[in-house]
Parts: sequence; structure tokens; C-alpha cells
Amino acid sequence: MYKTEKSVKRPFLAPSRHAKKNLQLTLLALPAILLILVFAYVPMGGVFIAFKNVNYTDGILRSPWVGFTNFKFFFTSSDAWMVIRNTLSYNIVFIAVGTFLSVVFAILLNEIVSRRWLKTYQTVFFFPYFFSWIIVAYMAYSFIGPYGILTSWISQLGMESFDFYSETWIWPIMLTFINIWKGLGYVSIIFYAGIIGIPQEYFEAAQMDGASKLQAIRHVTIPLIMPLITIMTLLSIGKIFYSDFGLFFFVPREVGQLFPVTQVIDTYVYRMLKVSGDIGMSSAVGLFQSVMGFIVVLLSNYVVRKIDDDNKLF
Amino acid sequence: MPLKKRAPQLIIHSVFILFGLSCVIPLISVLSISFSSEVDIIQNGYRLIPHLFDFKAYAYVLYRPIQLLNAFKISILVSVIGTLLSVLFMAGISYALSRQDYRFKNGLSFFVFFTMLFNGGLVPSYILISNYLHLKNTLWVLILPYLAVPWFILLLRSFMQKIPHDIIESCMIDGANEFRIFYQIILPLAKPGLATIALFTMLQYWNDWWLSLLYIEEEHLVPLQYMLYRMMNNISFLTSSTNMMPPGMKNMTLPSESARMAMAILAAGPMLAVFPFFQKYFVRGLTVGAIKG
Repeated sequence: MYKTEKSVKRPFLAPSRHAKKNLQLTLLALPAILLILVFAYVPMGGVFIAFKNVNYTDGILRSPWVGFTNFKFFFTSSDAWMVIRNTLSYNIVFIAVGTFLSVVFAILLNEIVSRRWLKTYQTVFFFPYFFSWIIVAYMAYSFIGPYGILTSWISQLGMESFDFYSETWIWPIMLTFINIWKGLGYVSIIFYAGIIGIPQEYFEAAQMDGASKLQAIRHVTIPLIMPLITIMTLLSIGKIFYSDFGLFFFVPREVGQLFPVTQVIDTYVYRMLKVSGDIGMSSAVGLFQSVMGFIVVLLSNYVVRKIDDDNKLF
Repeated sequence: MPLKKRAPQLIIHSVFILFGLSCVIPLISVLSISFSSEVDIIQNGYRLIPHLFDFKAYAYVLYRPIQLLNAFKISILVSVIGTLLSVLFMAGISYALSRQDYRFKNGLSFFVFFTMLFNGGLVPSYILISNYLHLKNTLWVLILPYLAVPWFILLLRSFMQKIPHDIIESCMIDGANEFRIFYQIILPLAKPGLATIALFTMLQYWNDWWLSLLYIEEEHLVPLQYMLYRMMNNISFLTSSTNMMPPGMKNMTLPSESARMAMAILAAGPMLAVFPFFQKYFVRGLTVGAIKG
């Protein structure tokens, strides 16, 4: 991602024109620089809030410093284990199942003979990518709400009325399914693009050596898209402390009873801020998330550098 | 080298058709509920195909659609202004970053890239935006925070790096300044890349609920997605505002279940109908991002 390219021959310019060129290019970049400065860097400076006991009479800057008290409150509460466990375990499952299925789908897409079907599948699989999480929540509700299609089927099967929105055990399965369903189309297209980039000669050589289709997949396709799989997995691992807020907030319809299996760090930080109004706790958990996320990205990049320098992120 | 035997092809097709159905059926079910009658829903639950087609839900939500129209207006304004500004600003910085001979290239790349690794978290930005920038309950709060997205900037930079340096060089020798090169040479040549980024940006603005969830409390600034969110738990948001029952439906039950889905269709439908046509641009963005970066 962030690599320096080999230097290109510079045009012959007088030093004053170099200065002018650099100034003009900086001016072109200026609006974006200012926006990033204000909306990304200034908040980074605000992480000190996590070490304060913010109250409105003193204002934010004059509120007393309390050291790690906010963090202590969080880590000694029962919520800490719950939200960290939920965030990490959902992400691990999403990465494992999602990557596996996307690679399988990409390989299968490559086996489709008819161009027309291929196009149709790609278009249709891409659909869920365009739905917002709120629309997805409506769709889910149309299946599992009190009048939902699945709910009616279950009651027709003779079971007592089943309320999806009060059964905690079913949500890990549902959230995994919905998340994979939404992303499968586009992630598999990324892998598919990788597969069609493999030179045909490799497959022809494998065929001449008498390799079966499955052997060709195992010994040609998979090794050759491995770098792509590694990068995609690492990008996801780098975000392992972050969750898709919309999935965990809208789809379970904010039912408090489901929090033990639907509350993740992101929704917790939001609810602490907007519902409980606990600025200290919310910012402490947010900072914990940012720092952990940062460490994980650096670590995963370090690991890739060790294994295969070409695939490093930066 | 596709497999030509019939049986494996059949298996692959059936897997794909099943998954394809799962992508389409949820949309059909929402659509069909919006065309069902309230009485039927309460008696029999939702169905994939309505028992009897009933348009009361639409008659109800479209009778005085002030809230809906206003939400459309906000969403369209935000998406259009946001996309235009965002593409212009991101093209500017991406162009500078794509130039090998730009003095601050490495420093600026790091400046952009670092924000993808670390962020200050929700609370500092929330306090900054609401207490210091005073952007709460303004149209701008729905636009400004997404104007410069680091990931899109890096994507656009790799699109622009493909423009041969010789072209830029010859313009410089002809005496064109950077602004002229940018507007007359780079923007036209980078059109496919710009189109891809514009579509991603527009989808992001159109589908956004996050900024309105955080910063919008005033009725007249509620965009579509946020309106749908508020209706999810409470259809009375519709009734309590300017909507009323149309004449002739006065004594009937409020078609709340179907009206909610009708709103979802009206709100999401237009974009859902448009975006799939631009799918190839999205695919290009995704693959460039993953393979080249």
C-alpha cells in the first residue's frame, strides 16, 4: 500500500521553478490537508479527555485530571470482558468464514463456462453491498419480526411462538450469516480478479502434467492468490478491535436483552456517550480501542515483513 | 480453464442460484409487505407474495409526504454537494501525491496514511464537532467529515500514477502551471478513476446514518437513512409529524406494518435501482485497492 516508487527522472527546471511547482502542488492538496488536520489529527490531540473527569461546570479543559481512573472503572466492570470478547470473537469468525467462503466463491466463479451467467451472478451477488445497514435491518425484520416469514414458518411447524429478538443463542449465528451475506459478493470479486490475473500457461502446464481439476486448484490457483489472501486477511486483522457499527446496532434493533451477544466496543462507546452520557468512560474505552488497533496493525505488518517482504502493508 | 463436465457445472450453478436468491428475496419480501393489507398481516403474518395487493400503505405515506420529501431533499443535497467537493479535494491531494517530483510527497503520504492506522476515537471528534466547531444540527456536519477519506485518496493516487509522466513533463516545458495541468490534463485523463471514487463517495453519503445519528436532532435536517432508523421502532414518527390519514381511510386501522416497509422501499428504491448499473466501477475500485494500492 504505502511504498515508495523508484525515482523518476526529473524534468530540468530552474530551482525557482521547483519551488513554484511545489507551492502550487501544495495549494492543490491544501483543502484535503486542512480537512484531515481538523477531522483526524485534532481529535487525536483530544485523547487526553480519557484521563479527565469531565464535568460541565468546569468545562472540558478545566476538568480535573484523574489518571487511569476511567480505565479502571471500565476494566473492573463486567462489561469489559463482554464487549472485548464479543468484538474479537465475532471478528475472528467473520475473517475465517468470510475469507474461506469468498475464496471458494471466487474459484467457483472462475469455473463458470457461460459468460452470461457469470455476469448475472456477479451483479446479483453485489446487491447486498448497496444496502445500508438500516435497510438490512428492515429486511431481517421482515423475516424474523413478530409477523416475519421465518417466524410464521416456525409457528406452523407447531412450535410455540418463537421470538427471535429475545433469544440470545441465535444472534451469533444470525449476525455471522448476515455479515457474510452482505460482504461475500464483493470480497469474492476481489479474489476472482486475482484468479483471472493468473497466466493461463500455469494451468496448461498443470494439465499437461496430468493434474486433475482439484489438483490444479490446490497447487496452482491457491498458491498464486495466497499473497492476495494474506493481504486481505491482514487488513481485516488490523481492524480486529473495530466492528461494523450498523450490523450490531440496527440489525438487533437495540434490544437490551440481546446486549450480552450484540454489544461490541463500537456500540458500547456510542451508548456510553449518547445514552449514558458518561464521557470519561466512553473516551477511555475509545482510546483503548485505538491503541489496541494501532498495536495490532503494526504487529501484523511486522509478521508479514518477516514472512514475505513483498506483501507488507507499509 | 473452466471445467466442462456437466455434473460439476450443475452443482456450481445450484450453489450460486441459491445464494443469488438469498440476495434478492429480502428485497422482494420488503416490497411484498409494503403491498399487503394490514389486516392480512396481523392475521397471517408477512408473506413473500401478498395475498391481495393493497396500496393503502402507499396511499397513507404519500398522502402528505412532507417528511419523506424533506428527507429526500436533505439526502440528495448532502450526496451531491458532498460528492462534488470530495472528488475535487481528493483529486487535488491525490495528484500532488502521484507526482514523483513533488517535494513533500513522502511526508504528505505519511500524513494521510497515518490516519488509517490511528484515530482519536469517537469522544474527541464528537466534542470537537459539537462544542468547538458548532456544527451540530447543520447541513455541513453531514458533509464535512467525509470529504477527505484516506483510503479513497490512496486509491485515486494509484489511478493517477498510471498517467505517463512524460505528458506532465511536456506541459511543464510548455510553461503550463500546476493548476492548469491539473484541470486541463489530469482531471480529463483520470476520469475513469474519478468516476469510481465519485460513485463510492456518493454511496457512502447516500447510505450514511452515522453522522445524523450523532449530530442531527432537528426534524428538518433528518436524511433518509436516519428517518428510516427512527421509523423502525416507532411508526408514529410519521403520524405525529405532518402526516395524517387520507380521507376515506379515517376509520381504518393505521397500516403501520406495511407503511414502514413502503417507506423503506420509497427511500431505498431509487438508489438501489441505479447503483447496480455502475457495478463495474465499484469492481474496479475494489480490485485496484486490493491488488495495487
